[in-house]
Formats: sequence, C-alpha cells, structure tokens
Amino acid sequence: MKGIGTSGLILNEKLLFEHSAAGRKGYSLAQLDVPESTPPQELVRDEIPGFPELSEVDVVRHFTRLSTWNYGVDSGFYPLGSCTMKYNPKVNETAARLPGLAQLHPATPQSLAQGALELMHGLQGALAEISGFAALTLQPAAGSHGELTGMLMIRAWHEAQGRPRTKVLIPDTAHGTNPASAAMCGYEVVPIAGTGGVLSAARVAALMDEDVAALMVTNPNTLGLFEAEIREICAVVHARGGLVYCDGANLNALMGIARPADMGIDVMHFNLHKTFATPHGGGGPGSGPVGVTAALEPFLPKPVVVRDADNYRLDDDRPQSIGRMRSCYGNFGIMLRAYAYIREMGGAGLKRASELAVLNANYIRARLEGTFDLPYQGRSLHEVVFSDKNLANDCHTLDLAKRLIDYGYHPPTIYFPLVVHGAIMIEPTETESKEVIDAFCDAMLAIAAEAQDNPALLHAAPVRTKVQRLDETGAARKPKLKWTG
Amino acid sequence: MEFPDELQYTEDHEWVLVEDDSVTVGITDFAQDALGDVVFVELPDVGEMVELGKPFGVVESVKAVSDIYAPVSGEVIEINAALTDEPEVVNSSPYEDAWMIKIKPSNPEEFNDLLSVDEYRALTEED
Repeated sequence: MKGIGTSGLILNEKLLFEHSAAGRKGYSLAQLDVPESTPPQELVRDEIPGFPELSEVDVVRHFTRLSTWNYGVDSGFYPLGSCTMKYNPKVNETAARLPGLAQLHPATPQSLAQGALELMHGLQGALAEISGFAALTLQPAAGSHGELTGMLMIRAWHEAQGRPRTKVLIPDTAHGTNPASAAMCGYEVVPIAGTGGVLSAARVAALMDEDVAALMVTNPNTLGLFEAEIREICAVVHARGGLVYCDGANLNALMGIARPADMGIDVMHFNLHKTFATPHGGGGPGSGPVGVTAALEPFLPKPVVVRDADNYRLDDDRPQSIGRMRSCYGNFGIMLRAYAYIREMGGAGLKRASELAVLNANYIRARLEGTFDLPYQGRSLHEVVFSDKNLANDCHTLDLAKRLIDYGYHPPTIYFPLVVHGAIMIEPTETESKEVIDAFCDAMLAIAAEAQDNPALLHAAPVRTKVQRLDETGAARKPKLKWTG
Repeated sequence: MEFPDELQYTEDHEWVLVEDDSVTVGITDFAQDALGDVVFVELPDVGEMVELGKPFGVVESVKAVSDIYAPVSGEVIEINAALTDEPEVVNSSPYEDAWMIKIKPSNPEEFNDLLSVDEYRALTEED
C-alpha cells in the first residue's frame, strides 16, 4: 500500500485520573517565613473527591503523548472542505509572541497602546481593501459570531428604517450556521433551492417580498461554484428593500480577483483562521471580523478603532451601534497573525494564493473526476465536491474517509453540503505542493480500486491507527460524558 | 425499499396515514436510509399547532441534522415519546414503531396535495 501512513510505536496513555496517587504533587513551596494562620472555615475548600494527584512529569508526559496522537496541518495534508486548512506560517507566531504585544494588558491606557491600535487599524484597512467594504469591526471571535454580528446589524438597520422585517432567505448549499444565526436574530428562515448548484436571480425574485430582511449567501458557495448571478441577485434583493449577507468562509478563492462589496454584498464576515492563515485551534480562538457598506457603518459594534490626525483611539460614541460583541477588543493575538500574513504576502501574493488554491482544487478534480462521481459539473473554484455513487460493493463516503486515514491523510469534509448525497468535499488550499496533491490523488484512486477488489479493507478501516473504527452511532446515542472509574 | 400502499407521502419524504379524525406522520424508508443511523429525534409537544410545509421536528443522524415538515396543518394530539430513548427504531421500523406525531387536521383540503405511493416511488427513483 502506497501513501504516507505507516504504523510505528505509539505510546499508550491513561486518563489523568488513572495516574493519580495519593499525596503526589507537582509543586514545591518555599519554606514558610511568616506565622501560620488558620483561615475561616467557610473559606476552606472541601476535598474534591477523585481529583487527580500528579507529579509534574506525569502531567507533561500525559499531554505530550496525547499530542503525538494528534493530526494537524503541521503533520500532513488536511483537505477539509469549507475549512481552508492552509499551513500557518511560523513567522506569524513570532510576530504574535513579541513581548510588547503578547504581554500588553487589555486595560492599558490608549495613549500607551498606540502600537496595538495602529496594528488593528492597519488590519481593518487591509481587510477593507481586499473586500471593498467601507468599514469593519474586528470584535467577533469566530465566523458564526461574525454572522450573528452581521445579522444584528441588518436587523438594526431595518429597525432604523421603521420595520425589522421577519424572514431571511438562505440557499440549500449554506453552512448550517447561517440559518442558526438568522434564527437567533428572530428571523424565520426560508430555504431556496439552487439550479445546477447555484442560485438564480429569478428564483430569488420569486421569494423576495417586503418581509424579507436579507438573503444570506456564500460565494463561491459550498459546492465550490461561483454564484455567477450574484450582481443580479443583489439588485433583486435591494429593489425590495432587503440586504445581502455574505458568509466569507470561501474568500480564499477570491482574494485580489473579485471584491464582495463590488458584487453588491452589504455585509460579510471574514474568517481570519481560514483565509488569513491563523490557526483553527481546538475550536478557537478564531476571529470573524465583519465588513459593511457605508450605510451600515453606524451600526458596527463599539468601540471601533479610528485614526485621528496624530493618534489612534477607540471610538465609543456611536449611538446607533448594536453594542459590544466581545470583551476587550476581540482575539487580538489572532488579528496579529492575520495582519503579519497579509503584510508578508502583499496584494500580489494574496492574489497568487487564491489562484493556486483554485488551481489545486481543479487539478484534484481533473485527476479524480473519471473515477468519482461529480454531481455538479460547474467550473470549480477552490474546492470540489464528489459523491460516493461510483464506489463499488456497498462502500460509502464514511468508509472512504476512514480508509484515507490509513493512507496518512486527514479525511475531507463528508456528508456536506447536504444537497449532495454522500458528499466528499475536498479543499486542498494553495499551500500544498504538486507532489503532496498527487500522492493524495493516488491514495483516492487506490481506495476506489480497493472498493472494487477488496471492499473489506474499506469497511474495516482505519486499521493502522491507534484506535480503529469507532462506534460513532453508539457514542451519539448513548454518550458517556463522565469518568466513572 | 418499502413503500406501503395504504400510506400517502410528501416530497420531503414524510409518510402520512390519514384516518377518520387524525393524521399519523413519520419519515419514509427512503429517508431513513439516506440519513443513516439516526441518533436523535426531537418532536413538538402535544397541543402545539403545526403548519403545512413548516418544520415540526428534527431528526439527527451520524451524517446530518434534518427538519421534519408537517404534511398538513393542525394540532398535535399525540407524540411518540419512545423515540427520544430509542431513536434507532427510525431505522429499523420507519412505518410502524417510529411513527412520530398524530395531528388533528384543521384543513382536510390539504390532503389533496399528498402524493400517492406511485407518485412517491417515482420521486425517489428520480433522486
């Protein structure tokens, strides 16, 4: 079997609770040089039953061993569609760890934090230039948080016009967070079916009325297809007094090539952790800045970083603001990494990144479309969505994904978008070399052949990992959420 | 794939059993097969009103979370609470044990839009 996955010595590791030994500890205090006192009884903590007692080396080995079971963009190819798992350059980490930035206290007076404010202002300017929007907030801490922020601004704008409206239109290819964000803002979600995987202005027009507050689109959409009628669609929505929200998850296909504001979009969130090479982390911290047109600028969360003649300051005097969306100023460390990335790449570099992201996805498509079913044939941008229709012998998307693990790859996104039955959604990003992509395609083709010749390999996969096929159904139906000894 | 003749169907893959004063609703064999292992079912409370074409509940599988749509408007008069503890019967017995809700219909004219077994089978073959 070719591929980068092999088996080797993987150290086992118990739970911390199972390492515990009574009286063991990981600290040593200096000898007491003041009189001992007895604290009031009500301040003394009860013993915590079962709390693990460990030495320093127990804890270090525990987490180091667990880290060796991990798989990330620093260990290998991670083609998780819609997530843009690009490599995160280490120079960004260096920038974010500079002591003057890393140790800056959030309550530092503005006059002593001019450098930090200047960097935030610079990032706002760069994102505005990339997207075409008039103004930005950096506060939201994730993409979905950006969606909520954007939809609250849309609601506030409509309220300022005299009527908040009641409905939001969302295409059937949308991220699940889109309807969730709309619903959290009190809107009824009206789904729109696509035509050949994309939205048509005629269909939007048929659903558009004076109760529709906004249309939420993703462009390119989650099938990796560019919404070619986006300008007409925005015009149709605007003509009936609605606004257009864009989920910026797929901005990596567009940098330096097309600007969402020029398409007629009113509000868009960015995912710094996708497009601008900051770590996704274990579910955070992310960063989801939101850009808006001039008409929506008064509703931005406050404070907003502004530049006066000779200094930067946080502007809190914004009577129409939706208020604060995040404590302090957002995830500052993530902003620093993204700004370092943008400044290092420059305009030409960002454009090249988007071009290569699109090229890589299309190269994968060209190598695999003869073998795997491609349900939507439109020209792919930065990602490509296959289905499991052509897999032989009762092998399905999940089996393919598990078998890819044996070959040493993180599986692509599976069973999303929902409009594709058995979806396999591959987004290689620009950071992979032709050699890596070829090896991945070889593995995909080898697995398709295995499905034909030896389907048991797929049904049993993964077999080379520390733990083998997990009972995901059992875990979801009867979850065990607590260690019981 | 099994589609009982005595049932009627919707384009959203619900089955409907119309009786004298109630309408029983579940999801079809085709739907459970497409969803894969069902791990969670969320149903409305008895007494809630449902509206034709609007979601009344949620089915979650290992692959996806899907809304279940009301085939007719009316009041929920009974729910199959056992599905909360045993969502797997949606896979094993979609037409019998995994009925989801009973509705007291408010507008019998809506029955005209339900699909016959032949119409529904044709729809699943298109997909």
